[in-house]
Amino acid sequence: MSGYRISRRTPESTVGLIGFGALVVVLATLPWWDSDGSLQTPLVVILYYLALAQMWNLLAGFAGLISIGQQMFVGIGVYGLLQMAEVGGVDPYLAIPLAGLLAAGLSIPVAAFAFRLRGGYFAIGTWVVAEVMRLLTTESNDLRGGDVRALTRESLGGYSLETRTNAVYWLALALAVGGTAIVVLVLRSRLGLALRASRDNAGGARSLGVSIGRAQLITWVVVAFWTGCTGAVILLNTTSTTAGSAFSVTRWTALVIFMVVIGGVGSTTGPIIGVLVYWIIDEQLGDADAWRFIILGGIAAVMATVAPKGVYGLLQQWRPLQFFPVRRRLAGGPGTGAPPVAEPESVEEDSR
Amino acid sequence: MEWVNAIVQGILLGGLFALFATGLSLAFGVMRFVNLAHGDLAILAAFLAVSFAATLDVNPFMTMALVVPIMAAGGYVLQRFGFNWSIGADPLPSILVTFGLGVVIQNALLERYSADSQGLDVGVFETRSIEFTDDIAVGWFPVLILGVAVVVLVGLQLFLSYTRMGRAFRATADNPSTARLMGINDRNIYAVVMAIAFATVAVAGLFLGIRQTFGPTDGPAQLIFAFEAVVIGGLGSLWGTLLGGIILGVAQTVGNQVDVEYNVLSGPLFGHLIFLAVLAVRPSGLLGRRDQ
Repeated sequence: MSGYRISRRTPESTVGLIGFGALVVVLATLPWWDSDGSLQTPLVVILYYLALAQMWNLLAGFAGLISIGQQMFVGIGVYGLLQMAEVGGVDPYLAIPLAGLLAAGLSIPVAAFAFRLRGGYFAIGTWVVAEVMRLLTTESNDLRGGDVRALTRESLGGYSLETRTNAVYWLALALAVGGTAIVVLVLRSRLGLALRASRDNAGGARSLGVSIGRAQLITWVVVAFWTGCTGAVILLNTTSTTAGSAFSVTRWTALVIFMVVIGGVGSTTGPIIGVLVYWIIDEQLGDADAWRFIILGGIAAVMATVAPKGVYGLLQQWRPLQFFPVRRRLAGGPGTGAPPVAEPESVEEDSR
Repeated sequence: MEWVNAIVQGILLGGLFALFATGLSLAFGVMRFVNLAHGDLAILAAFLAVSFAATLDVNPFMTMALVVPIMAAGGYVLQRFGFNWSIGADPLPSILVTFGLGVVIQNALLERYSADSQGLDVGVFETRSIEFTDDIAVGWFPVLILGVAVVVLVGLQLFLSYTRMGRAFRATADNPSTARLMGINDRNIYAVVMAIAFATVAVAGLFLGIRQTFGPTDGPAQLIFAFEAVVIGGLGSLWGTLLGGIILGVAQTVGNQVDVEYNVLSGPLFGHLIFLAVLAVRPSGLLGRRDQ
């Protein structure tokens, strides 16, 4: 009767979605025009990092679960695919979602331990669990994580090298686009509303009947699934692994955290910006591995202090653009210029 | 007899873990701050000792007189002009800042000292021991570490209970804004807490370096052991931290003995599993208050 309606669209989100769609089409056709693979090879890595970044950001930026144990899900995905393809004789591409399901299944008992801890102690707790998994994988006589293990030709399913190279690229693209879509869909759902309400005011959300524990657990399991699938694709890309590299905290968690923090925690666009910034820095540095971590870690530490919302946050201060339709706004209603009541995608500084 | 020896050695090792955990426990207790670079700072202190001992040509033990004050000053400055900005109801910024700092320290040490393992050689003291039986020998040095850990924890407890500053610590821990109204400068309190945390972890790092060899990337493992000691003992309890350290130490040495005899599970893994078991059965820790 008042004519108010809830809208999530903004002019730039329409442009953003069209632009994003066009970019995905261009990227999907890349194997046909980038014949020497000079773009395709680095893009595989960038794309699966984007998937990991979106997943970590969904946990830390929206669900209040600051995990330093993401490498456990990557490692489960890697060894899950390895065992299914090598021992079980499962087609490696079918094994990807199965490895994801394995990670999701194992994430539930992990939550039973880790969810007893809060904040910084949750962070170290997840790290300990990932460390336990790395040690168990290393010491297990079946998994032989101490040795270098490679996927054999037979277990790769008899596909040609070109088919496999392109398949890995498209899978990485699907993980990145799907990871972003998962975040957008979660944020548009009741689940996302519950997460953000709890993040901004835990007591208030609880009094309105939001079950934060349940919302966090669902998010945790979804993230475990997608991160596990990403781990499986990472193995298809590298084809060999050790427990040390599959459960590496620096590769699968530290780098990912730095990307998200630089791009912007708690926004959908932030991880994309962060991954692109990482790509640029990475190209400049070449093989200087220690310096890569000193520079990225240093920038991230400083940014977390002076610009907690990253590059995207600074961009927002300049112009509040919303490229993904995830914020609810009140539109229409009697009279023009009704105050647009918007829920913030990011927590404002003064509401802490 | 090997088992008795494993337990005795574990109790002594627990002293080192307790010393590692003290700063973590104190910082969390007073300002709900979890320093993820805690272990890396210990390793940094050990490397500083290596450099000072080489340049000044003294016994590494003597470098403690330099390293500990330098680390304490560093902790004060870092908290006062850095970490304080990231303290708030949201734990995310402080976690990100300290995690980033830890990775920077690890890689800076890698650049400066290479990935080779280092050791601090303090001479005969390191190896001298009292032999009770043929199987059980207690080294003087591990006894010293446990002794220092107890002295530090008792000292800290007395400081918190009986001094004006200690009272300010507890007041700030309970309610920073009310403490501020009473004329307490909470920013300064936080910086002093971090100075104490850095000093204790520097001592722990030097002891670690004398006990065993160490490399630039050993910090996270020490952070994890310290954290496990804190959680096993109970959040916010300094005596719990000592108890937690000892339980973790015994779990690791007994675990190593199990590994030697039956070739299953390694020492650290055994310690992790004990930690997870405590977390499952008694999440507030052995001596922790139920409400925490």
